Amino acid sequence: MGLEAFAYRRPTSPGVAAQLVRASSPGPNHAPTMVSNSAAAQFVAGGTNMTDYMTLNVLKPTVLVDINRLPQTYARIEESDNGLRLGALVRMGEAEDHPVIRARYPLIRDTLVLAASRQIRNMATLGGNVLQRTRCEYYREPSWPCNKRAPGSGCAALNGVNRQHAVLGTSENCIATYAGDFAQALIALDASVQTLGGPAGGRRIAFANLHRKPGATPDVETNLAPGELITFIEVPSGPWTLRSRYIKVRDRQSYQFALVAAAVALHLEGETIREARIALGGVATVPWRAREAEELLKGKVLDEAIASKAAAAAFSGAEARGQNAFKIPIGKQAVVRALLEAQAMQV
Amino acid sequence: MPPADDGPKSTFSRRSFLHGAASTAAALPLATASAASDVSVAPDKARERSSDETLTVRLRINQQVHTLSVDARTTLLDALRDHAGLTGTKKGCGHGQCGACTVHLDGARILSCLTFAVIADGRELTTIEGLAPASGELHPMQQAFIDQDALQCGYCTPGQIMSAVACVREGHATNAAEIREYMSGNLCRCAAYPNIVAAVEQARDRMQKG
Repeated sequence: MGLEAFAYRRPTSPGVAAQLVRASSPGPNHAPTMVSNSAAAQFVAGGTNMTDYMTLNVLKPTVLVDINRLPQTYARIEESDNGLRLGALVRMGEAEDHPVIRARYPLIRDTLVLAASRQIRNMATLGGNVLQRTRCEYYREPSWPCNKRAPGSGCAALNGVNRQHAVLGTSENCIATYAGDFAQALIALDASVQTLGGPAGGRRIAFANLHRKPGATPDVETNLAPGELITFIEVPSGPWTLRSRYIKVRDRQSYQFALVAAAVALHLEGETIREARIALGGVATVPWRAREAEELLKGKVLDEAIASKAAAAAFSGAEARGQNAFKIPIGKQAVVRALLEAQAMQV
Repeated sequence: MPPADDGPKSTFSRRSFLHGAASTAAALPLATASAASDVSVAPDKARERSSDETLTVRLRINQQVHTLSVDARTTLLDALRDHAGLTGTKKGCGHGQCGACTVHLDGARILSCLTFAVIADGRELTTIEGLAPASGELHPMQQAFIDQDALQCGYCTPGQIMSAVACVREGHATNAAEIREYMSGNLCRCAAYPNIVAAVEQARDRMQKG
């Protein structure tokens, strides 16, 4: 077997689950405040990402903590006038078929339906999905240098085969793309995550502050502490929720990660944009909110010209590294298309 | 269908040999099963457990209870094929990219190659072997794959059929475009795709009637 041995644990309480992972982090004097990608203890739920990376010998946990037997309260979808409360253990497939999400949260529904395959979505949990690892080929193959997998070893993608790689939020140490779709809906809709087992117990983290750009420490991907477990995802509803659209551009029509993607939610008053939310997928190292573009649209009448200006602003800081230069023009077009299609929606 | 007449050797088939070997292998570690049986009984204790130890997994596969002794690293796919002797579920890529290993777990289609067997402990599974009713006739989806010639080499077919049955039950087979989207997790390198879509449409109509 290619896999390395691990201890398998199956707690039924979230506190115990958090403790099991925290206990396997380095001792109190070296306790990291943020969890590393390759930590010794890992949670597993759907396993779609964890099992794959364990099989590839990229992730080698010595302790695997199965959280599938935690109470059902973490596997429920609740709706109120203020928004959605999604249990972290809800499966993507269940969420995409949920009548409220289908009817009232088109952006969430589209990011779910357009991700992976239905088999994978029946397994993958919402909490696990937002923490999915990059698909960078150099990260996936342990014989290459990779600062995310083996800190300090270098980045083979900088001057390598980098067609899939990020143009926003990169550093000299890492240009790996954040591959997920659902996270783009969450950042656009100002979602937050509820956690348990953090530095001071439970806390709420704005989704926009959950992931960390690679900077000098690409292996530290989130602001979660070792053992800190996402329990709920909360999505506020607002006048932009219904008029929302996700455009995903890929090499094949289905079952493929995004080359570029644009998530848009609009609050229109007549022809005028009260508020626009724009997130970009497939082009950045983390879930990405294009706030300059949003500012530019505020109070304007939406047409193709202003949409193109916003798209240019969204990519003004983009830096290509050779093979991924094509993502910038296609990304701008995706933003324009998402804006105009959201405008045209009958809501 | 009886094997071609090539003498007495033909009674010893590759498949029956593999099945025999699998059940022998599965029988040996049963002696150690009791040591690990508290995995499902007292999960909160969750004692440190290295994976050279054997864990006991109880699976209800095609309405029959199987008690298997596995290493924690054993995937559900390998448990089905090598421990339970159910080789109908196929191993393709082993990375969740092809769908050949699709089975139903508590009624939902999932990939058995990305599921550790211990995670499925205590749950209900259906594999291609359990799809046809006991009466002996084929499931409408199996019959449709034959009628529509929806395969060439056949390696992806068990996964295609398990996925297609779930696709219809989920209500995601209303038209050809939806079938293509919701069947995209099952690759067919022989590219029998148009025939697979036709088979799903045929079986959908029969499944909805009956």
